[in-house]
Amino acid sequence: MSVKQQGTRGATHVPWDEEVAQSCIREHLDREGPLLPILHALQAEFGYIDEAAEPLIADALNITRAEVHGVVTFYHDFRREPAGRHVLKLCRAEACQAAGGDPLAAHAQARLGLALGKTAIDGSVSLEPVYCLGLCATAPSAMLDGRVVGRLDRERLDALLAEMQR
Amino acid sequence: MTTLRLYIPIDAAALAVGAEEVAGAIRNAAARQKVAVDIVRNGSRGLYWLEPMVEVDTPTGRVAYGPVAPGDADGLLAALLGDGDHSLRLGPTEEIPWLKRQTRLTFARCGIVDPRSLDDYRSHGGYKGLERAISVGAAAIVEDVVQSGLRGRGGAGFPTGIKWRTVAETAAPQKYVVCNADEGDSGTFADRMIMEGDPFVLIEGMTIAAIAVGATKGYVYIRSEYPHAIAAMEAAIIAARRGGFLGERIANSLFAFDMEVRSGAGAYVCGEETSLLDSLEGKRGLVRAKPPLPAHKGLFGQPTVINNVLSFASVPIIMEKGGAFYRDFGMGKSRGTMPIQLAGNIKHGGLFETAFGITLGELVDDIGGGTRSGRPVRAVQVGGPLGAYFPRALFDTPFDYEAFTAREGLIGHGGIVVFDDTVDMAKQARFAMEFCAIESCGKCTPCRVGSTRGVEVIDRIIRNENRAANTALLEDLCNTLKFGSLCALGGFTPFPVMSALTHFPEDFGAPPRLQAAE
Repeated sequence: MSVKQQGTRGATHVPWDEEVAQSCIREHLDREGPLLPILHALQAEFGYIDEAAEPLIADALNITRAEVHGVVTFYHDFRREPAGRHVLKLCRAEACQAAGGDPLAAHAQARLGLALGKTAIDGSVSLEPVYCLGLCATAPSAMLDGRVVGRLDRERLDALLAEMQR
Repeated sequence: MTTLRLYIPIDAAALAVGAEEVAGAIRNAAARQKVAVDIVRNGSRGLYWLEPMVEVDTPTGRVAYGPVAPGDADGLLAALLGDGDHSLRLGPTEEIPWLKRQTRLTFARCGIVDPRSLDDYRSHGGYKGLERAISVGAAAIVEDVVQSGLRGRGGAGFPTGIKWRTVAETAAPQKYVVCNADEGDSGTFADRMIMEGDPFVLIEGMTIAAIAVGATKGYVYIRSEYPHAIAAMEAAIIAARRGGFLGERIANSLFAFDMEVRSGAGAYVCGEETSLLDSLEGKRGLVRAKPPLPAHKGLFGQPTVINNVLSFASVPIIMEKGGAFYRDFGMGKSRGTMPIQLAGNIKHGGLFETAFGITLGELVDDIGGGTRSGRPVRAVQVGGPLGAYFPRALFDTPFDYEAFTAREGLIGHGGIVVFDDTVDMAKQARFAMEFCAIESCGKCTPCRVGSTRGVEVIDRIIRNENRAANTALLEDLCNTLKFGSLCALGGFTPFPVMSALTHFPEDFGAPPRLQAAE
């Protein structure tokens, strides 16, 4: 498949390619503590961290594959498989709970037929919880493909859901 | 033709409520009406219920309008060209009572300057602190910061000057300055605001720290949930480097210091300083046992100053005006000002910087205006997900590190989340345990396992299964978490849980607690 896919932050991603991965790794090798910058670069390129990247990174940094795998799986941000074409993050932390976030999260799950943390089978959308976007005085908050949305209510949420399903 | 100079925030929360659309609508309206406009994208003034707030330069100072919707653009522009009268007119910005009541030291420039302009920063007093720091030298900087009484604004409240002195006294070939910008606490956004609205103040603060301790390299570790702050800091670092304020021979002195931004990856626990250091090193964000202190063995095992954004951002004014100036604000051992963040179900939410000592009740009822829903305030959580829930009966508590500790709570990073009377406190206690389970780094058993057991025990209490015995078990479990965890995640999760249980027992099926009349 040669078509670039739309994904998180509305960015385009390329399919897994070892050469491209190697150049992402090389780009950050000279930095102190290069592992997180490398993983971010890979995810920005491919939309997820392919398992095949782990031995390449381990080799380049002279650490074990287990260490790389441990880091990839420790952080919530790093995906093991591509996200949906649209990613809707709903803040589920206290300030948004206080401002009516719970019924909105229930509504989004019902409308999309997806539990929080899941991607639709057809790869169209991912619905994810996020714990604070720092928009707590204009709560409840959401982020659609990297775009922040505050003062979320049923109407604004429905508009976002419609936008995702177009 | 005169040019109208307008200010429309580029702050993420302002963008979240339509600031970009408003800026676009005003540009289009200006083109239609053939008016020349110069739009500055400033930070937010922090009066979030009025965002998007548009300000206009007038001969007598800036005048504010808000909250502005894109549909208001034509009418607003017409008003600005006329006598300025409009239904959204808030008056001269500095005279808005909510802003006028504040003491803005750390946030002095936020919302005023163009965050992308080094020149604007300098023309508003920026880099005066560094200038004095360079002239007085390392030892005097540390003394001034000690004298100021500044304590870690991330939540731990450790005296910043003492930390710097320890690093300064530790000999090493390489030292680091690390800024903790992993502001993960719900209800807090002050770090984000300053990075988006006045990023140079953070760079200046870190540079002064580097000179004080002899460090040459700095990192700002920003959570990935803050893409706007990351972009603003990266742009400011490039501008500072270009202006001779980072790199070799800073501001034509003999000091060298450079810094870069590192992005987190969605782990709340990395807000804990030792986890953050492990994360910067490219490891899982596991908490380290102390000692050794980061001041002795920090990043890559080297002596490291690690402070919160607000701590560093408070340093330039301390250096400019002297430690005594800053120390004269505040109460008890809490000196200076605290940027307090009012959030959640609140009518007037935003950033309120004031001297320590103001009471919780004043903040919530008077300044915050109560709930946005219009229902009575029932509980407030102070200090993030690890902070206690306070009932109205404790609203006389002054905002002060020690006063909150004495009441089994904490001020943390200064966030206050307001809940109305529809809140179910058993559910909030359960969430605290659940959040701990999701975010635990896994190093300490009480936190890793106890949090999940805590969710189960609270579920049993809610279902009225053996309620008395399970309540006793929950208290015991909280005690184990408190004393058996290395960091605040496991150690402080008992605060929200136990405060909910103590102050709101009726939500757990027990008789209500008798409270003194207010």
